[in-house]
Amino acid sequence: MISFVLNRVAQAAGVLLAVGFIAFSLFTYVGDPINAMVGQDTSQQEKEELREKLGLNDPAPLQFARFIGNVVQGKFGLSYRTSDPVGRLILERLPATLELALCAALFALGVGVPLGVYTGLYPRHWTSRLLQAVSLIGISLPTFLIGILLIVFFAVILNVLPSFGRGETVKFGWWTSGYFTVAGLKALILPSVTLGLFQLTLIMRLVRSEMLEVMRTDYIKFARARGLSNRAINYGHALKNTLVPVITVTGLQLGAIIAFAIITETVFSWPGMGQLFVQSVQFADIPVMAAYLLLVSAFFVTINLAVDLLYYVVDPRLRGSTGGRH
Amino acid sequence: MSLRDRIGRAADSDIWFSFKASPVTMVAAGLTAFIFLAALLAPLLAVQNPYDPASLNLSDAMKPPVFFGGDWSFPLGSDDQGRDLYSTILYGTRMSLFVGLCCVVVAMVIGITLGLVSGYVGGAVEAVIMRIADVQLTFPAILIALLIDGVVRGIISVKRHDEIAGFVIIVSISLSLWVQYARTVRGSVLVERNKEYVQAARVIGLSRWLIMIRHVLPNVMGPVMVIATINLGVAIITEATLSFLGVGLPATQPSLGTLIRIGNEYLNSGEWWITIFPGITLAALVLAVNMLGDWLRDALNPKLR
Repeated sequence: MISFVLNRVAQAAGVLLAVGFIAFSLFTYVGDPINAMVGQDTSQQEKEELREKLGLNDPAPLQFARFIGNVVQGKFGLSYRTSDPVGRLILERLPATLELALCAALFALGVGVPLGVYTGLYPRHWTSRLLQAVSLIGISLPTFLIGILLIVFFAVILNVLPSFGRGETVKFGWWTSGYFTVAGLKALILPSVTLGLFQLTLIMRLVRSEMLEVMRTDYIKFARARGLSNRAINYGHALKNTLVPVITVTGLQLGAIIAFAIITETVFSWPGMGQLFVQSVQFADIPVMAAYLLLVSAFFVTINLAVDLLYYVVDPRLRGSTGGRH
Repeated sequence: MSLRDRIGRAADSDIWFSFKASPVTMVAAGLTAFIFLAALLAPLLAVQNPYDPASLNLSDAMKPPVFFGGDWSFPLGSDDQGRDLYSTILYGTRMSLFVGLCCVVVAMVIGITLGLVSGYVGGAVEAVIMRIADVQLTFPAILIALLIDGVVRGIISVKRHDEIAGFVIIVSISLSLWVQYARTVRGSVLVERNKEYVQAARVIGLSRWLIMIRHVLPNVMGPVMVIATINLGVAIITEATLSFLGVGLPATQPSLGTLIRIGNEYLNSGEWWITIFPGITLAALVLAVNMLGDWLRDALNPKLR
């Protein structure tokens, strides 16, 4: 057990270090940080002095160590575009993205699991077939197109839901929340549905196929022979065993939700990290890109690690000599 | 084998049978063929050339489609620069398909090469390539593509970037898609390399590269072709998404994604057609290609069904 955990943690640290190195290379070698900091009329000599002062002439390993040190303290340098500290820019936008991602994940789980159970229990019913077909279309459509269609229908034609921004937000220290006002909650609906739809179809299809699988097994037949009610069999025995893969997939999809928030946030002008990232790509704002990359990968790696460990706890078959999931 | 025999054999094959047995696939194939043809013949079918600024007239801007108060000179309406939407969609589809196909081919070449090398050479080379693949697989393709695009913008000036935007986008998407090919090819090579025909080739004294390319490669191409078909849909969506986000193809050379982004700005003021028609085209294209890919995967590999 200990060696398995250590192995996974070491792997996660390795990935993070690699990403850190990429971020560092971007930061140091792509675009000149000095040019971004000084005005047009600065002399060459002054630039050189600044360069020396900032330690940009130091050997690369030393600079890398300093970079990592700064990152750990949350110092990501200044944005090329707005000249604000990158750490603050991201922190300002973090709540918007996290609240949106949470809502999307809850939506995907809350609708996806029941639909999956239903289509798994009655696979031949026409509503199940219809849901299957619709979910195929849902998987094929690009996220931004779904967002636009929702805007056309609910914001332009029906005019019942807002199509951009977070609505009204409440401040708790540095955290801004849209969960406590009616306008904020209304503004959350369309973006969450857009963002969660892909995961919803994924979870639905997963639960469906797991249910179909489980319903064929002997222990379900035995439970029927014992005369248990359908309800007890379906939810007490069958559903419980389908949930292990659902937990892992949902966990892994959390990362994807954060990444795809980039698109949803752009469609709905949602003031989150993803929108910041797209703007930074458009303006080649390297410090913001590097910081976003580091933050998102830290998030991904943590989730992957947690899911791996969770799997190990939940599924005893993995506790062999080799361990790990491939 | 004569042509007649070949046709006879093709008509007798499992794939043709599974094709005929699935009406959905036939519709998807028809739709795909139709869109490909329309894209190929765009210069003939279009009423104006949207890339030629001289043929545009700003007084024609924002004309609605023909059944919504417009006239027949702009059957699907016109956009903010007075471009005929019907012609623009034809050219945009052409652009989307071209970029998508290029991405698939480039990603395939990179992936196959790295997969062959790591599978056949092994050792440290394999370890390095596969570790990179593992790390990259942790991140969604769209994030990688966005990142590469941003880095290129940082290296070259923004003005130069517009000129080579198509090239940049193909590189960034290809680099985000190669992993799947590399892993599949490596896996198959590990199986193939111990088979007798490879040993025989080695005994004759053929060089490593010749064995890899002439003997091993043809035997691992099956799964690669399936991935390529499925990836075409992914590549088209990724390109459309990047263009929609404003980091893909510029408005002067619009793809479907660029058109949707342009139209999105006018959505709230009532000019819905600029977004909706390219959107429908994109959805139909991706759906048809995906269905074909799904079918091909099932038909070539019954075990996966």
